[in-house]
Amino acid sequence: MRLRAIIALVRTDLQLFRGDRRAVVVGVLVPILIAAFFGYVFGGSGARDDAGKMAVAVVNEDAVPLAAEIVAALAADPLLNTRSTSRAEAETLVRTGQVPVAVRLPAHFSDAAVGAFFTGRGKPRVELLVDPSNRMSGQVVEGLLTEHAMQLVSKAAMSGPDTDAQIAQRIAELAASSDAEVPQRAELKSLLESVQRLNARTRADGGPPAGGIQRGLTIPYDVEVRPLSGPANVPYNSYAHSFAGMTVQFILVSGIDAGVVLLLMRSRGIWQRFRSAPLARWQLLVARALSTTLIGLFQFVLVYAAAFAIFHVRIQGSVLGFAAVALSFCVMNATFGLMLASIGRSAGVTRGLATMATLLLVMVGGAWVPSFVFPAWLQTVSLASPVRWAVDGLDAMTWRGLGLDAALMPVAVLLVTAMACLAISLWRFRWEE
Amino acid sequence: MLSVSALSKRFGSRVAVDGVAFQIRSGETVGFLGPNGAGKTTTLAMISGLLTPDAGLVLLNGQPVTGDAGATKCRIGLVPQDLALYDELSAWSNLQLFGGLYGVPRDLLAQRATAVLELVGLADRLHDRVGGFSGGMKRRLNIAGALLHDPPLILLDEPTVGVDPQSRNAIFENIEELKRRGKTLLYTTHYMEEAERLCDRILIIDHGRIVADDTPHGLYARLPASREVLVDLERPVVGVDLLAKLATIPGVVVAQPSARGLRIEVNDFGAALARCLELIAADGATVQTVQAGRVSLERVFMALTGHGLRDAAADRDTS
Repeated sequence: MRLRAIIALVRTDLQLFRGDRRAVVVGVLVPILIAAFFGYVFGGSGARDDAGKMAVAVVNEDAVPLAAEIVAALAADPLLNTRSTSRAEAETLVRTGQVPVAVRLPAHFSDAAVGAFFTGRGKPRVELLVDPSNRMSGQVVEGLLTEHAMQLVSKAAMSGPDTDAQIAQRIAELAASSDAEVPQRAELKSLLESVQRLNARTRADGGPPAGGIQRGLTIPYDVEVRPLSGPANVPYNSYAHSFAGMTVQFILVSGIDAGVVLLLMRSRGIWQRFRSAPLARWQLLVARALSTTLIGLFQFVLVYAAAFAIFHVRIQGSVLGFAAVALSFCVMNATFGLMLASIGRSAGVTRGLATMATLLLVMVGGAWVPSFVFPAWLQTVSLASPVRWAVDGLDAMTWRGLGLDAALMPVAVLLVTAMACLAISLWRFRWEE
Repeated sequence: MLSVSALSKRFGSRVAVDGVAFQIRSGETVGFLGPNGAGKTTTLAMISGLLTPDAGLVLLNGQPVTGDAGATKCRIGLVPQDLALYDELSAWSNLQLFGGLYGVPRDLLAQRATAVLELVGLADRLHDRVGGFSGGMKRRLNIAGALLHDPPLILLDEPTVGVDPQSRNAIFENIEELKRRGKTLLYTTHYMEEAERLCDRILIIDHGRIVADDTPHGLYARLPASREVLVDLERPVVGVDLLAKLATIPGVVVAQPSARGLRIEVNDFGAALARCLELIAADGATVQTVQAGRVSLERVFMALTGHGLRDAAADRDTS
């Protein structure tokens, strides 16, 4: 008989959910849309050309080909998405936030840069216009500009068409200067003469060599970037994280709604029907937890079905671990809603407090942005949010491609939280008015 | 069957129910009346197990009605004053839930649902959404929900609130059918005529205490006059002298002006009524119509509970 009452209550909750189109739309469609948006913003599934590229406006006021070569090198950089503009337009673009940074190569940049290469005197001034809300972009562009300019300017300085004349001019300048003006005058003169000899030999051999100084100065190492986001050769799909975060967030909202509905029910005649029936408090709470868990799982399955089918999210780790994290989160969510209903006085106040609590849990738990961008102290604090464990667990099973063992801790934390919430609910739930 | 003794309930400083005691025999239909805030709903809530009494005892066939999942609750069917239905679901889905709460087996549930819907005249609306029902249909389905587990005691908390005369009559017929089937009914209402029509006995509660527990006949016997005569006059202006003369006639208890003439209460219609009409004619008044009948039980109710408004006191007990 007790089981029959629980089944009747669960069936009714499911029927009510099925009939509530608004709940289905909010619980399924909205998380898909928002997750799609966040996933796209943070790089998509890896197939997009401009994914993760930084927009840069480039102003080239120098007529010499060297400057154009630097601009071309910036345009070819995989991290940048450049557009050539005038100085005025670049300033407008940065001021209005359309691009975070603009680079201006002034007139006579090339001559001045090559001239300053050996002497350090008469350096041209490159202007970097930066959006103050995005200073990090300025630093990234400065680094990339340094890399490309150093290589091309050094090449021009040491093996360009006018190099011999320029080096001869530098040697003459060194001869005319004093030790006080250039402390390593002799060593520098020797270096320039060595470059002259090297270039002469290269010309005599019939052309520039494949490497060495003829290519200009380069960074003395190569960097191999290896994304460790799953099995080899599977590109990172940022939708995987955004779907984890948004699914968790919206199921949590549904859980709160379920709790608030329980409070609202107190003022309806149906509550008297429940109270007059041979129904124990624990039966009502367990039935409510079961139905909310099932509804949460339903939302989970639909949202992730869209993630799999449309956004190519894949479970690269343990399927069992993924299912365990999903189930334990839905159980935790259901009992969390019950706990709110048990300690809340009125539906209105409880809804307000619960919404605030949910936003905090979601924000701190890394559902919106990954928790690794948080300061260290906040990362520690976020461990107290069950959302963090749920999102980490889902991330681990999807794009991180980890095994079942990586799901055990999140599942354990979520289930312990669920037990605690259920215990508080059974303790505090007011049966009588 | 039902024994209520020394039942008391207090909400803060206000005493809602103060030592209520009565008994109901099996198969009896008892009306439970009282002004707003008198303690009717609180008493009903304690009998049905919704509220725990501060003091006193409710026994059903000698068993106390206590605990959330007490088996005694299976022997009670409550028809709440507020509609206890899900508008979003069909009648069948609602009944499935209510049957499930009482542990009615699945195979028996369909049979019982059909039977109770036939009783309340909704058999053809089994799969219709309750949200599309009229107010009267919802009231009848509300009653059906309390009958699925076939309880011997049915508590009805103002089941005719807000329904049209046709629906009210249909509900009366449902209740009379339940009486014929031998159910024990406790019927809460504001309306004396409903209680008079349906009930074997009437309890009147005021300020949390039972102020009358009698049959309708017994309550009538409490009135100084059992008959009422309404005399409509062509010119409904009655002099003080005529009223004084009418009051001296043996058998006349009350003679007072009414909107259309005179209202006279008498112990019998014989000599007293004839003498009244003679005096009226002698006074020069022209009688248009004369209506004679029994005095309403409403007068008993008003006499016992007074004429003061009770809305302020009804903040907790709204019936």
